Formats: sequence, C-alpha cells, structure tokens
Amino acid sequence: MTVTLPPYEDVVARYEPVIGLETHVELGTNTKMFCGCPTDFGGQPNTRICPVCLGLPGSLPVANKAAIEATIRIGLALNCTIATWCRFARKNYFYPDMPKNYQISQYDEPLCTDGWLDVEVDGELVRIGIERVHLEEDTGKTLHVGGATGRIHGATESLVDYNRAGIPLVEIVTKPIPGTGALAPVVARAYVTELRDVIRSLDVSDVRMEQGSLRCDVNTSLNLPGHEWGTRTETKNVNSLRSVERAVRSEIIRQASVLDAGGRIVQETRHFHEDTGDTTSGRSKETATDYRYFPEPDLVPLAPDAEWVSTLKAGLPELPRLHRKRLQAEWGLSDLDMQSVVNAGAVELIEQTIAAGTTPEGARKWWLGELARRANEAGIELAAVGATPAHVAELQRLVDEGKLNDKLARAVLEGVVAGEGAPTEIMTARGLGVVSDTGALTAAVDEAIAANPDVAEKIREGKVAAAGVLVGAVMKATRGQADAKTVRELIIARLS
Amino acid sequence: MSDVFHLTATEIAARDASGDASATEITQAHLDRIAAVDDRVHAFLHVDAEGALAAATAVDERRAAGEELGPLAGVPIAVKDIVATKGVPSTAASKILEGWRPPYDATIVTRMREAGLVMLGKTNLDEFAMGSSTEYSAYGPTFNPWDLSRIPGGSGGGSAAALAAYEAPLAVGTDTGGSIRQPAAVTGTVGAKPTYGGTSRYGLIAFSSSLDTPGPCARTVEDAALLHAVLAGHDPRDSTSIPQPVPDVVGAARRGASGDLTGVKLGLVREFSGEGAEPGVMAAFHDAVDALTKLGAEVVEVSCPHFEYALPAYYLIAPSECSSNLARFDGVRYGLRVGDDGAKSLEEVMSLTRESGFGPEVKRRIMIGTYALSSGYYDAYYGQAQKVRTLITRDFTSAFEQVDVLISPTTPFVAFPLGARTADPYQMYLADLYTIPVNLYGGPGISVPCGLSEGLPVGLQIAAPTLADDRMYRVAAALESAIGTLTPGELS
Repeated sequence: MTVTLPPYEDVVARYEPVIGLETHVELGTNTKMFCGCPTDFGGQPNTRICPVCLGLPGSLPVANKAAIEATIRIGLALNCTIATWCRFARKNYFYPDMPKNYQISQYDEPLCTDGWLDVEVDGELVRIGIERVHLEEDTGKTLHVGGATGRIHGATESLVDYNRAGIPLVEIVTKPIPGTGALAPVVARAYVTELRDVIRSLDVSDVRMEQGSLRCDVNTSLNLPGHEWGTRTETKNVNSLRSVERAVRSEIIRQASVLDAGGRIVQETRHFHEDTGDTTSGRSKETATDYRYFPEPDLVPLAPDAEWVSTLKAGLPELPRLHRKRLQAEWGLSDLDMQSVVNAGAVELIEQTIAAGTTPEGARKWWLGELARRANEAGIELAAVGATPAHVAELQRLVDEGKLNDKLARAVLEGVVAGEGAPTEIMTARGLGVVSDTGALTAAVDEAIAANPDVAEKIREGKVAAAGVLVGAVMKATRGQADAKTVRELIIARLS
Repeated sequence: MSDVFHLTATEIAARDASGDASATEITQAHLDRIAAVDDRVHAFLHVDAEGALAAATAVDERRAAGEELGPLAGVPIAVKDIVATKGVPSTAASKILEGWRPPYDATIVTRMREAGLVMLGKTNLDEFAMGSSTEYSAYGPTFNPWDLSRIPGGSGGGSAAALAAYEAPLAVGTDTGGSIRQPAAVTGTVGAKPTYGGTSRYGLIAFSSSLDTPGPCARTVEDAALLHAVLAGHDPRDSTSIPQPVPDVVGAARRGASGDLTGVKLGLVREFSGEGAEPGVMAAFHDAVDALTKLGAEVVEVSCPHFEYALPAYYLIAPSECSSNLARFDGVRYGLRVGDDGAKSLEEVMSLTRESGFGPEVKRRIMIGTYALSSGYYDAYYGQAQKVRTLITRDFTSAFEQVDVLISPTTPFVAFPLGARTADPYQMYLADLYTIPVNLYGGPGISVPCGLSEGLPVGLQIAAPTLADDRMYRVAAALESAIGTLTPGELS
C-alpha cells in the first residue's frame, strides 16, 4: 500500500495539532522503591533481586524515603502543588515482567499536581502545564529470543530479568498542549530537553534516554480550526530528543493523511521507528484495559509535612533556564549567541571549560567552532565528541602561552578527538609545538630576507605592511610551527 | 493426664527450665502424639520432625551452656501453613503452591525461633485462609477432635485441632475475618487476634492485606499471652506494623487469673443478642456473662447499629484485596505451572495454571473481588464497603467510650458436621458474623471457652480498643479462672 503523504507545511496550515507528553524518569536512588536491592544499571540478569522485588508470597513493600524526596523536589522544580496526604495504588494487569501482576503506582492521589515548566522556543517562552508527577515502581524486562524481530511473535522463548523490577520511577504528565501549530514537534523536543535539564540539575537521575532512565511517550491529535480536539494516539519507543521531534512530526502527517482521506483516527498505542521515522500501530486502546486501581493496602499513606516540603523547596538548585540567563550575562553574550550555545548543547561544556581556567570567548570558540563541526559531521551529541572541558581548557592555555598557534591547535584537537590523549601529550608526541628557539627563527628570517631583497627594501623604507610576505615565507620554512607574531617582530627588528 | 503432651506451654517451660525434661524429650513426645493421632485429625500438612528435633537440641545445648532463655524456650509449636517458613513447604493449602519452599522466614517465625520455640510443622487451613471450616483445603479437611465427624472451624482449623488433639501446646494462626477466633471457639481452645499492625504480616501469604493479622493459639489464656508477647512488636519490613511498645498482655493475663474484675465494664452488643445463633450457644454465653458479673464486672448494653452491614462489607473488601494479592500466582516464577507444552501462549499457560491451581472458594472470591474493583462498579461496591468500614469503626469508638471491652459469642453455632454448609456459601459466611466487625475495625479480639452446648465447646469473644490487647487478656483469664479449660474426650 503506497500512500502519498501530504507535505508537513501544508498539514499544519490546515490542521491544529494538540500534543501531550508522558515522561518516565528512573530515579538514581541507591536502592529500589520498596526494598533494599541496588539500582545500578547493568549487572547479570536476576542478580539484583530479593523476595520483595520478586513479589514472592508473603513479602511486603516498604517505601523508599529518598525516592519520595526526589519526587517532591521534581514536583517543586515544576511548580507543582505537593499533596499533604496521598496514597499509592495498585494497577492490576497480568504481564510476566511484573512480579506481582500489579504495579504499585499512584492513581487519583498523585504526590504532585498542577504545575508548569517554561520552555524557550526560538527565543520565546512557552509555558507547558504539568498535570501530575507521581511515583511508581518499574517493571522487569522481557527478552524474547529465537524469533527474527525480538518481539514476542515468533519467539521460541521469553526470558525475564527482574533486576529493573522495583526501581523507582517518576511519571511526569503534561496537560494537553494546544496552540503551538507548526512548532508542535519543536515544542515537544524543547520540553523534554528542558525537563531533562531540570531533573539533571536536581541530581536525582542521570536522565539518559539511550539507557532508558528517561523514557517518553508522545500524545498527538489533530483538529480543524474551530473544532473540538481530535482523537489522540500515544506514540511509544521514542528514545532520543531528536526522535521526540520526529515522532510528533510524522504522527501529525500520518493523521492528516488519514483525515484527508475521510478516515478517522483510532485511539491506540503506536510505535516509533528510529530507522524510518514512522510510527506503526500497536495495541488498540478503544477497549480500555481496566486496571482495577485501588489504594495499596500494604503501604501507609504518604503525608509529607509542610516543614519538610519547605526545606526541600529552599534547597532547590538554580533551575536551568535561570542558570542560563545568569551565564549569558556573565559571558557577555547576545540572546542570539546564547541561543546558538543552547542549541549546540554546549552550555554545561562551556561552563566547565571556563571553570577549568579558560575565558568565555576561548571556550565558546572551540566548542561552537571546531568541535561542533566535528559532532555535526559524525551525527553525535557535542558531549560525545571525544574532547572534555579539561582538554579544551588545556588546549587554549597552550595557545595563550604561545606554545601553539591556531593552526597547530586544530591539529592537536584532531588528536584529542581521535583519543590520542591530552593536548600537551599530543603536541609533544606529534612534534606540533611552536618553534620558540629564537636562534632557529633568526636563521629562517635571515634566509627569507636574503631570498626577497626587494621586499626587505620596502620594509626598510617603512612599508611595514609588506612584512606579511616574509612572515609567510618563514612560516612555510618552519612548516607552520612558528608563532607568526614573533616572526613579524623579528623581521621588523632586523630591518629597522 | 500424666502424658507430656497434655502439658500447657507454661508447664513445659517450667519443666525445661528446672531440668525435669529436655526440649528434645518434649518435642519427641509431641512428634509421637502427632504420629499416633494425626491420621484421624489431619491437623498437619507437613511435619518437620528433623527440623523440630534439631531446634530442640539447639535449645537444650543453649540451656546446658548456661544461656538465659526466654519463657517459651523449648516449647513445641505448630504453624499455620500460610506463614512462610524458610526451606519448609508453605502451601497456603493450595495446589498452586504445592512444593514451594520459601527462601525466607516470616518475621513472626524469626521471632518464634529466636525465642527458642520449636516448630513441629505446618497446619491445615482453608485454601489461602478463605473459609470457616477447613473443608476448602486442597489437601483434604481437618477433623474436630471433639467429634471427628465435625469441622474444626476455619480457616485455621488445623492449628486449633492440633491444640485440641494435644499434638501441640501452642500454634500460630492468622485472622482475617475470624480465622483464629472461630476455630478456637469450636475446638474449646483459646485464640487471639491482636490489634491489626501489632503483629507483623511480613511473610504471611496475603489474603486481605488490610485485615490479615497473625496471632497466638493455645489451650490457656496465659499460654496465648506468652506467645502473643513473642510474636508481637514493630517490624520495619511491614509498613502497616505499629511502631509502639506491645501492651503487657502476660501481666494482664496473670492479673485476670486472680478472678477479680471489679470496676471492669463489659459491653453487650445489642445487635448481637442472639438472632440467628443457636439457643445452646446463647445459653452458654449468658451463663458466662453471669459468671463474669460474679467476678465484679459491670455489664452494659451498647448499640453498634452498623454491625449488620459488616458481613457484606467484608465480603467486598476481602475478595477485592485477594483478587489482587493472588494475581501473582501465574506459574511464571514459582509453584504450579500447567500447560507449558511449547505450543500454548503465555496467557493460556497462566489461565490453565490458575484454573487448575485454585479451588472453588478461592475462584469465587477472586471473581467477586475482580468485579467489585472494576471501573464503573468500584464506587458502588469497594468504595461503599470502605464507607461502611468507617461507620463500623465509629460504632466501636463510641462503644469504647462507654465500656472497656465488648463481649459476644464468638460464633453463632457449635462445630457443625462436615459438608453441612459447603453447598451454600452464605451459610458458611455466617460463621464469622460476630468476628468480622472486629477485623474491619482493626482492634484486638480473643475467643475463650465459655461452656458446652450439646457436648460441644462454645466460645466467648472479647473485643478491646486498638492497642489495648491487654484488656481482653485480663477478662479472658478471669473467665477461664471461673469456668476452667475444656477438655475433649480421648481420641478413640
């Protein structure tokens, strides 16, 4: 079946998208939500388990205070109201990766409600409403082996790893976000990015999408202007920031093509595919699963007292957007320049580079110039480019000390990115240092003067601008390893 | 009555301590008794002779080494098979857990072992503690030592029968709607349900989390109090466990044994004045009330208008919680697995396992509970039942403003013949008419023998305010001092 999809610009000119995001964050607590098992990523399957997280008959959960605290801090950072009394609830459904066949979650009494997060899109603030933030336990992981797809269909065996079962999970749900028009995909991405930064600043999770400690489901619907909101779909398997944007965009186009053809949108779960950028249909939600929620009788209600909450509020760090505002002022950047720093994902990198002793200008030059170019070419995040803030600071120091010139510094950086070591090591190993031996330089200068008598004459006559030719000759003779400024000074001294 | 197995726990402990008998001898005597009579009583699902003798030897060695031991060290005990015991089968009397050996001990078992109690084995019960006659055990019923053609009550019929048949001087039970007290009543033994949260649920195979309460079973009030003191206390592994000191139940029992109840106000619940109860039960109860009055107690009638809704509320709350608690039995991780032939889907294997692993009463309750929690029915059933629970709690609170304890018969009828009530679930549910309100409230309750009707034991229930478990022991011990313990005829 070949369907010609309408162009995006055409779709958003005719339809209004409404989006919504559900984000799951695995907390970085030392122990699981309801038992003392460790939470660190990896580990042999089924080695981080006990009677409680395996749901053995007779075992009982005990809530992890650190996880509750982390959730309240997230709620506060998102301007939510913190419940003075709330309960956990059981969400009942059968699935082998759920040891008890119910998940301890929260239902109609979430810990945090009704907040907001301001997100910057193209220099404008968009306020995203937060419906709720609640705490629950993660499930185990099922691995289907023997089939072609890794899905249960066609598999000969299914293996379950319960190491992840019981890891504290915070669910953050936005209110529906209407009115973003063509920017809907960008807003979705900006929200998840900002949320990630906020949570990272709270130091409660490593929020790594590629490891699954930050997971995002995207709800999308379309409606004609002036009409009621359309039926929404929920897209899962959105595993990177880029995918968030692509998933919304592709779902907007798909829904438009269905509506254009006179069809109707089915309320369903869809799966995003990284390779094609498409979504495909998952399970239908039209016959809603009845989770038979009821208050968890094995746990006592949560009643965070006001004093504790205000202590936590007072202890919140400066939130990323305000932090960026302050940095922008400190670094003396225009809005536009700061925007490019943010877009490149370079805020923290530059901040750390400056902390390592570099000027804002020096730090920004490397990260947004040479390194951003390399990251772009490789299609990777800037932070993954292979150079650290310490490397960049060291490189700039070598330049400032006159041991490297700009051209040599780029060559050294190439070595850093290739993993050859720290800048000083590479400079020595590759013999890339500036020739600072005045004896050797003087000889090269004399040679250049001798080889270009007419140029030398012009300089003697006061036409200092002509020195460039001789500088070029010396640089060529030293294979670029001389400091051009020193060379120029030597030439002029020689000829005056 | 010179046989060792006729001794109470208090008497055994005294002999142990004085060196008149070793724990090993005492344990062996009880194992011999079990071997002699349990084929007729069927109180035990599993006898752990080896483990019991090893534990007894350890107690003897500790005593020989001069160690100071607790008041129940070396006393044998039977444990209801719904309690997880490390390495020892724990089936909840269900096929679905046949052969499962937990990798851990329940907290109350740990406390029991630390106190030097010697576990003889695991006792029979209605499957997952759902029933009032032990007839719903997947491994066959237990028979009442007073009359082997009759039921020993339930769900803890195994523990109660083991006491009445002198197979053990102490037993552990669990009480969700009366499963300790009602079997105690119909076997002429003593059974106490502590305040909810007073004893840890960690390691109890859950039936109804907001109601389940483990507690002591014994032949005397003092023995029950001694075991209560061992089992009770805050447990950080159970969030609903109460972080407060255990009331002095042993002291209260000893004080009550002096037979003086001057100044104690007993409340007679008007709504439990005998409607639906057997006349013989009411007669024995009223005789006991007279006896209590003679000991100095004042009797006041109180009204608890919402008690009549307790049974329906219970039969929504308990099944709702059980429908969720029992979801984990799916054949994936442990226990029975049926239909895993490589051709069937996971869902089919789960269904087949549950279909053949659960008995009819368990299935009935899972279905009722699943329905009551369903979207669209939740408010009308589970939600409404919770409101009733609140009203019943208020009835208790206001009653306890007028009286110290509430008294009633423990159960409306004496031990009935096997098969008499299995055809009509509602007739079975009525057995817990008087015990269920106490569970919904969460306070403590005890059943103590108060006489005979048609040659069969009748129990009197004493209910006290939450955390005032000591009060009921005082009254129970006083009644025991007036009436004496009940002894069945020797098993033929």
